[in-house]
Amino acid sequence: MAFSSVAGLLNTAKAKNLPLWETILEDDRQGRGTSRESSLKQMAALWGAMKSASKNYSPGARSASGLVGGDGAKMQAFAKSGASIGGPFFDRVAAEALRMGESNACMKRIVAAPTAGSCGVLPAVLIPLAERDGIGDEAVVRALFVAAGFGQVIAARASISGAEDGCQAEIGAASAMAAAALVSLKKGAPEMCANACAMALMNLLGLVCDPVAGLVEIPCVKRNVVGAANAVGCADMALAGIGSRIPPDEVIDAMRSVGDMLPCALRETGQGGLAATPSGIAAAGKLRK
Amino acid sequence: MGIFDIMGPVMVGPSSSHTAGAARIGYLTRKLLGEKPVRAELLLHGSFAATGRGHGTDRALVAGLLGMKPDDERIPFSFELAEKESLSVKVGTVVLRNVHPNTVLLRVQGAGGRKLEVEASSLGGGRIKICRLDGIETNFSGDCPTLVVHNMDQPGHVAEVTGLLARYKVNIATMQLYRDVRGGYAVMVLECDQPIPAAPLESLSKTEGILKITYLNVDGAE
Repeated sequence: MAFSSVAGLLNTAKAKNLPLWETILEDDRQGRGTSRESSLKQMAALWGAMKSASKNYSPGARSASGLVGGDGAKMQAFAKSGASIGGPFFDRVAAEALRMGESNACMKRIVAAPTAGSCGVLPAVLIPLAERDGIGDEAVVRALFVAAGFGQVIAARASISGAEDGCQAEIGAASAMAAAALVSLKKGAPEMCANACAMALMNLLGLVCDPVAGLVEIPCVKRNVVGAANAVGCADMALAGIGSRIPPDEVIDAMRSVGDMLPCALRETGQGGLAATPSGIAAAGKLRK
Repeated sequence: MGIFDIMGPVMVGPSSSHTAGAARIGYLTRKLLGEKPVRAELLLHGSFAATGRGHGTDRALVAGLLGMKPDDERIPFSFELAEKESLSVKVGTVVLRNVHPNTVLLRVQGAGGRKLEVEASSLGGGRIKICRLDGIETNFSGDCPTLVVHNMDQPGHVAEVTGLLARYKVNIATMQLYRDVRGGYAVMVLECDQPIPAAPLESLSKTEGILKITYLNVDGAE
């Protein structure tokens, strides 16, 4: 089955009188013919892997190009100094996003959510919030089902691949999934989750995929911070009762059509945008040697 | 796509297509070979050839050939491990026609002398497709229990295989038939909903006209 529209997901939840996370779990479970327990266990394992990945960050690690690494530690140190603009919660979100993105670039174990390049967004918001508000694993796992459900609709109507629709489909989708997960963790209504998803995605519409030397390093690592920060902002807007004027499904369709209009050079080919700057070209040249 | 295609896999970075997918291709190739590989030639095509080194595509393929899954933290060190396990590896590039940009051609040889040529593509998100086996076109992912039967192109082999699976209550999800020439060498690929027990596999491998069978249950118990 799998949901192909946010409207369909919300309607099913209403008709079955189930919370969103359970509607998504049940649909997946039936589609694959597995048990509820195994589905819950599988999602819990992903949450466990996200937390392990965060713990296993090493400040000294550097990526294949030598251009990425150490920034997560720098951000943490700066946060400790108390001089940051964003304040303690945002400090943690930014540091976590960088750490995860850097770990990925340095060939460490992460959870693609939805992709490896955007793997920092969900843990960057979920780990700090769970810690600050004392939210237990069970609740976070439920929120991950919500994130996956919205991600599934984005994948069905558009794409979660930078090569197809640009970075809006990776960091954008991750941010939309994270925003919906945050709202559900804060016990927002299903419509609020949908609004958060729509707003997060529309804010990143048009984001191009222009990796330097074609590697998941520059700008991917830092864009995880944008995705996470955007998710927090949009979740708070949704919880405040602010809605998306354009319905979620229409926003996703717009993302698809923007993706279709993107030239090939801006879809993970490493030929346009930052990759085509003099410094980007120089970095790629060095790597080829 | 299911929700666990969206959320996950747990993998070693940096790229689900260039690293996790590559590791899975290597792993499936080892399973398809059916024995420990001692020699491997990896020919990278397209984006695999262009950005594979920076993404660790070569290391991930070798890791898979050594039996590592995409979340194995030893992937970055696979070349060193290959040396220890006496797997000799040659990496090069190739230009293939009409294939996905992330494609690799693997030529492997096993400890018992078996040889296999696999052409596989990484489709994104860690999902992969085996496109050719020994030059014969195929299309399967290894996501569900998969039976690959190499047989002579003669009447009756499809009926034998499907009849046997029916008797063991194994439901066929998809089925593909390929052959090189009429009356020549044929390959049958069956993706199933249930794991296939050992007994029917055993009896198929002894059936006349069936040259080789390979059974893959990648995500099931070893």
